[in-house]
Amino acid sequence: MRLTDYEQAMLAGEFGEPRRRALSQQIEIGNFFDAEDFVEVAQAHIMADTESLGEAGVVFLEELAAGSKEETCVLIPTITDPRGADFQAYERINHDPAYVALERRAVDAFRALGILMTDTCINYQTVMAPVRGEHLAMGDTGVVIYSNSVLGARTNYEGGPSALASAMTGRTARYGFHLDQHRRGTTRFVVSRQPEDWCDWGILGGIVGRAMGSYFEVPVIEGLEGTAPTSDDLKHFGAAMASFGSSALFHIPGVTPEAPNLESVFEGASPEPTVIEDTVIDAFKQSYGASDDRLDVVVFAAPQLSLMELQRLAGLLDGKQVNDAVTLLAATNPENKFAADRMGLTGTIEQAGGILLEGVCFYQMHARELGEANGWTRLMTNSAKLSNIIGGYGYEPVLADMKRCVESAVAGRIV
Amino acid sequence: MTNVVIQGHVGMGNPVSGKALVAHDNFSARYDLDRIKGVFSRPAHALYGESYVNKILILNIAKGGVATAWMLHEMMSREMAPKALLLNYANPIIAQGAAFAGFTLLDRFEHDITQTVKTGDQVHVDPASGIVMIGSNSV
Repeated sequence: MRLTDYEQAMLAGEFGEPRRRALSQQIEIGNFFDAEDFVEVAQAHIMADTESLGEAGVVFLEELAAGSKEETCVLIPTITDPRGADFQAYERINHDPAYVALERRAVDAFRALGILMTDTCINYQTVMAPVRGEHLAMGDTGVVIYSNSVLGARTNYEGGPSALASAMTGRTARYGFHLDQHRRGTTRFVVSRQPEDWCDWGILGGIVGRAMGSYFEVPVIEGLEGTAPTSDDLKHFGAAMASFGSSALFHIPGVTPEAPNLESVFEGASPEPTVIEDTVIDAFKQSYGASDDRLDVVVFAAPQLSLMELQRLAGLLDGKQVNDAVTLLAATNPENKFAADRMGLTGTIEQAGGILLEGVCFYQMHARELGEANGWTRLMTNSAKLSNIIGGYGYEPVLADMKRCVESAVAGRIV
Repeated sequence: MTNVVIQGHVGMGNPVSGKALVAHDNFSARYDLDRIKGVFSRPAHALYGESYVNKILILNIAKGGVATAWMLHEMMSREMAPKALLLNYANPIIAQGAAFAGFTLLDRFEHDITQTVKTGDQVHVDPASGIVMIGSNSV
């Protein structure tokens, strides 16, 4: 890779061993993807939960944070993905205190490095929305695909160690979605049935994601022009696409900023489209259906809920009572939790027997152990992304829209 | 026995040898693994129930979650990781995790690697040259 004088100096250790090590690691990644040079990034976003860090990751952070601030503090604004424990609510859900203690150690180390503990995977809705053309190092697949596709910013998936390296060097290797040539459409879909709610958007995203052959494929989806999708619609769409596949960018002609029309999004002629038939959508739903009506836990998360989703949830729960046999959980970030408290939404959700978690996301908080501690296996959600992930943690996911999830929680069985 | 040589893109990590565990399915540490037990835990995965510890794990593409980058490091710290991961197509997360953890990773082979190597084959992986050797004579 070509290095600037500044980067050469960093690699020579002139700014300390931690920054030298971070840049060296980034060069290795750049060489793997044939990057020619680095690009400066405006912001980094780090996956910070102890479910993924483990004890080894926390020790690594603590050792790093023990160094001099001059050599270890981040060089650019750096924020975090959801934590692995809710420090206020952990006892209500039987979350092992040992995990909570590990989480506190991780938070202390991140703070010592100058990192802002935003604890969110919806930073684009709540912290600071990326801008078209802005180069970033975003560390959550849902954040990446939304930033690239809906906002026209430029970022690859940056895993925790890599986003941290970017925060410490202020740059990332220029490959993948930082480059114009990887941002063109490669694959074309036509939707036959318009999505009606967030669950439907997630299902469509999951179908497209599952069909992608690699990280570098860019799907173009037609047939959604009349839907005027909201930020939450596209949040579920992108998060599911990234989860079921490995997608970091999509285009919807007439909707997303780099696709003013179909002709402009492909290099040369448009490929023949794959039609997403009703039968495919129905089969996807069916694959997350239930064999009986047993229900243990209803989860609204993945991604964290926006204020509008919380309002809808509170409206559905208003005046109702969650059945004693079922736990209803919703997860949002600290900013939305504070707003929901202030606006009375938290009160409505909790009076109905729900639990509103703050700064976490369900699958990032030791979901296997939580399930064992509470006897949860049958999980119902309106998140296609969560349905995809949670099976590996020992759950039987059932996917349905928010209204049906709430009705089931109240009934104590899947309705 | 004559060794079969497969050329991939230059990879990362140290040269390793071991027994292959192969499927034409995809990979995410968060979605697919019980990392404590060292087995595939997602029922829909082609390797469900199989132990991946100390295997040369060979799959199609990397998918989904960012968490794999931290998780490779965590798995290696407990000596509960595969010896290497060979994919038709890696994604940045796997590469970043491998660079951080010193894990052996190769991708972009001449042919579909999941069809070329069989479970149980003895495999030698040389990341610096991007070469994979199959056969009982491989070191």
